[in-house]
Amino acid sequence: MNITFQSLQPLWPELFLACAGMILLVIGVLSKKENPTRSITLFTMMSFVAVILLLIVQPASSEPILNGMFVQNEFTIFIKLLIALGIIACLALSPRYLERSQIAKFEYPILILFAGLGMMMMVSANDLLALYMGLELQSLSLYVLAAIRRNHIKSAESGMKYFILGAISSGMLLFGISMIYGFTGSTNFDVIATTLLQDMHLGAVIGFVFVLSALAFKISAVPFHMWTPDVYEGAPSTVTAFFAIVPKVAAIALIIRLLYLPFVALEDQWFEMVWLLSFASMTIGAFAALRQDNLKRLLAYSSIGNVGYVLIGVVAGGEAGISAVLIYLTIYMIMTIGTFGILLCLERDGMYFEKISDLSGLSRNHPFMAYSLTILMFSMSGIPPFAGFFGKLIIFQSAISSGLFILAVLGVLTSVVAAYYYLRVIKVMFFDEPVAAYDIKDIEWSRKLVITGSIAFVALFIFFPSFVVNVSNQAVSGIF
Amino acid sequence: MIDLPILSMLIFIPLFGVGFIMLIRGEQETVQNNARRVALYTSGFNFLLSLYMLFNFDKDSADFQFVEQGIWFSALDISYHVGVDGISLFFVVLSAFLVPICILASWNSIKTRVREYMIAFLILETFMIGTFCALDSFLFYIFFEAVLIPMFIIIGVWGGANRIYSAFKFFLYTLLGSVLMLLALLYLYMEVGTSDIQTLINNPVARNAQIWLFIAFFASFAVKMPMWPVHTWLPDAHVEAPTAGSVILAGVLLKMGGYGFLRFSMPMFPEATEFFAPMIFWLSVIAIIYTSLVALVQEDMKKLIAYSSVAHMGYVTLGIFTATTQGVEGGIFQMISHGVISAALFLCVGVVYDRLHTREISRYGGLVKNMPKYATIFMIFMLGSVGLPGTAGFVGEFLTLMGAFQVSTIIAVFATTGVVLGAAYMLVLYRRVVFGEQKNEDAASLKDLNRIEYICLVPLVILTLWLGIAPGYVMDRMAPSVERLIAHYESHLPDEPEQLAQYTLEGAE
Repeated sequence: MNITFQSLQPLWPELFLACAGMILLVIGVLSKKENPTRSITLFTMMSFVAVILLLIVQPASSEPILNGMFVQNEFTIFIKLLIALGIIACLALSPRYLERSQIAKFEYPILILFAGLGMMMMVSANDLLALYMGLELQSLSLYVLAAIRRNHIKSAESGMKYFILGAISSGMLLFGISMIYGFTGSTNFDVIATTLLQDMHLGAVIGFVFVLSALAFKISAVPFHMWTPDVYEGAPSTVTAFFAIVPKVAAIALIIRLLYLPFVALEDQWFEMVWLLSFASMTIGAFAALRQDNLKRLLAYSSIGNVGYVLIGVVAGGEAGISAVLIYLTIYMIMTIGTFGILLCLERDGMYFEKISDLSGLSRNHPFMAYSLTILMFSMSGIPPFAGFFGKLIIFQSAISSGLFILAVLGVLTSVVAAYYYLRVIKVMFFDEPVAAYDIKDIEWSRKLVITGSIAFVALFIFFPSFVVNVSNQAVSGIF
Repeated sequence: MIDLPILSMLIFIPLFGVGFIMLIRGEQETVQNNARRVALYTSGFNFLLSLYMLFNFDKDSADFQFVEQGIWFSALDISYHVGVDGISLFFVVLSAFLVPICILASWNSIKTRVREYMIAFLILETFMIGTFCALDSFLFYIFFEAVLIPMFIIIGVWGGANRIYSAFKFFLYTLLGSVLMLLALLYLYMEVGTSDIQTLINNPVARNAQIWLFIAFFASFAVKMPMWPVHTWLPDAHVEAPTAGSVILAGVLLKMGGYGFLRFSMPMFPEATEFFAPMIFWLSVIAIIYTSLVALVQEDMKKLIAYSSVAHMGYVTLGIFTATTQGVEGGIFQMISHGVISAALFLCVGVVYDRLHTREISRYGGLVKNMPKYATIFMIFMLGSVGLPGTAGFVGEFLTLMGAFQVSTIIAVFATTGVVLGAAYMLVLYRRVVFGEQKNEDAASLKDLNRIEYICLVPLVILTLWLGIAPGYVMDRMAPSVERLIAHYESHLPDEPEQLAQYTLEGAE
């Protein structure tokens, strides 16, 4: 087969990113500057901006390339845009925090870059091996990121936990892949799909269960969620922000592609599994969060619950369901970025605070922060007129029109439980006596921009709700 | 006549006020004063605008008027669609009328975070008016539920000692009810294929689905009303809310439940309404008698009035679900009169609370001697709440009971006992606060009404009497819409009574 530069056009973003990563690594090592983190971060952000441009100019859909290993279509482009935007926002939040916590190493942005590259590869994978390679590239980068604060016991613990559990899940994934290969004779998605449609062998089903479990671990769906609170709490806050947003988007996109392409013949089997994952995640996410007093742990459980809502859309399926998932993910990502942005501002004398009680009386000392967080919390609990409501509305709409009444009822009931802990954050800010003021004078402009942008999106979404819906409806055509 | 988008103006003008208040800069003192003024002028202008709408309302038409429809959420085919008919008209005017009064009532009593307070009230006004105007079910839901946000903050920030508990209870209770309604709306949206309220009304779903959907809507509206036994959030919320918060809560927010029954439950699910009506009658009767008895033993003025609100709302549900002209008109009128009278009663409590900082009935006594004007005004509202002929309270109670008699004598008899009980607890309250010995020095030395309090209370006095003496103005305007509602309701009922009768006869043999 003749490979030309032009024939690789679908791969350009990834190729560019890989080259940029390696060049930046060399620059970081050779740099004579005292600490090149800030400039490397800036370059990384610029690389992702370039990736976004490359993604936009991609032709909408194309045949798989590299012998059917890699595919680029509307769906993957949409997800990759989300990934790139999420990474840019996370990097924009980071520099000051990294310097204050003495973890400003130039590897930090580069690790994020490689994690992003891994995610983009796995989202586009059209072969189980390509999928595994992409997944491992992102996972290994994430393990290192979780433990990047080496002199901090919790960070080390979180990296360790994440690595061990992640390694187990990778093992499960490989085991499942080998079984599927054994029973279908191929690792290629298209071949697997046709083989399974003709002959659904039990062995392949078992292999698929392993694959789905491993991926459920990546999106921290209950019962594979145990690592999430500890890793979220222990990892440096900017890393947690990254964990909460970007890898989830990628993993959920991957799950959707797997369920609707190679394993579409197993719909009867995975329907119940995903149904159960969704049910359990919503329940645990809502009830376990009630007793948390650390904001990062709270957000961890909140993310577990939100994965449950996302999975409703996956179960509901069809264009409407998948489109609902994409809308929900977009809105959730933007709300979470804003929340972490504000969390990172709780800083006094070089110390960072992350307890709910540290927000006491925030509305007196820092009204802007308090009001922003209030909007975000109301939005997270799905109260109109904020964006979070529309995310839930569309998810539940897809559930109702697919007849998933039990999931829909459970979803709204757990969202009321969840409203309680979001309200608790608001209560602490508004109704409790203030603690000392935080140092927010010289917050970098990039962080301010991210926070304001996310608030503006959440608050003004009601005036242009159709935009996101139309875009995601278009993206879905890459799946069906 | 100029063709103004009146309803949109009513909905969004308060938001412009919010924008103005946010822009105010300067010394704390000036900021506070200007925030008060901007809020008053904005809401006052809005009230005048609502009057303009009232005068231009075509009283012979049952249709929606001042309708506006615009593209909004085109991806889901949800449009921005507003309009008023005879049912919603007066709720819009009532909301626009009470907000400036609330702002005046808080002129001196709110001293902390004045700016935020005024913003909260203006945002609340937007959401309230939006709820009553919305002709698209999702638009309705958005306004209906968004009301929780400013109210939660009003109770939580400016409330009394136990405000946090109350604010949470209020929020979570109402949220739990409304999320079920959201699912029901989504189901309707799937079945009928639109979220437009008029289309939904004209295309009722199958009886089986109606039953479930009715339950889901009922969960939301019954909590909001509130009906017994899900009323327990109301006394807590009222006691802890600041005076103006109680006024809005009693005056407008409770009416959203009744309005919802009229706009959604009854026309969209006629068969289910007929099926559940007996249960609702009994719930209403229990509410009327039980909460009246509870009100009798209250030591806290606000709590007493809160329980009386639950009892009065019992008449509303009773009247609405009789599905007779008198009953429904009575229910609507009762809501309007309760909106005026209970709001006024909470203001009256606020007057003495501001002076003595206690709501305990036993701390007062003999106020008639040092506060004669206050005693007179309080008496008018007290009698209105009792339902004395000549006050607004009478018309509503009388009509609902008349409707109830047509449906079931026994229900009506039980409900009528509530009138007696109502007189009992209100008169006891009035006697203990206003008459009797002057037990406490501080209560005996309270000053009579000041100018702002006058401005707040006098319009309410006029309204109470006017609505009682000449209810025709309101009745004429709501009658066509109510007629149409009932005609629609009856036309969608299956003609089964004969069959049912036959069945029982056979069983008897």
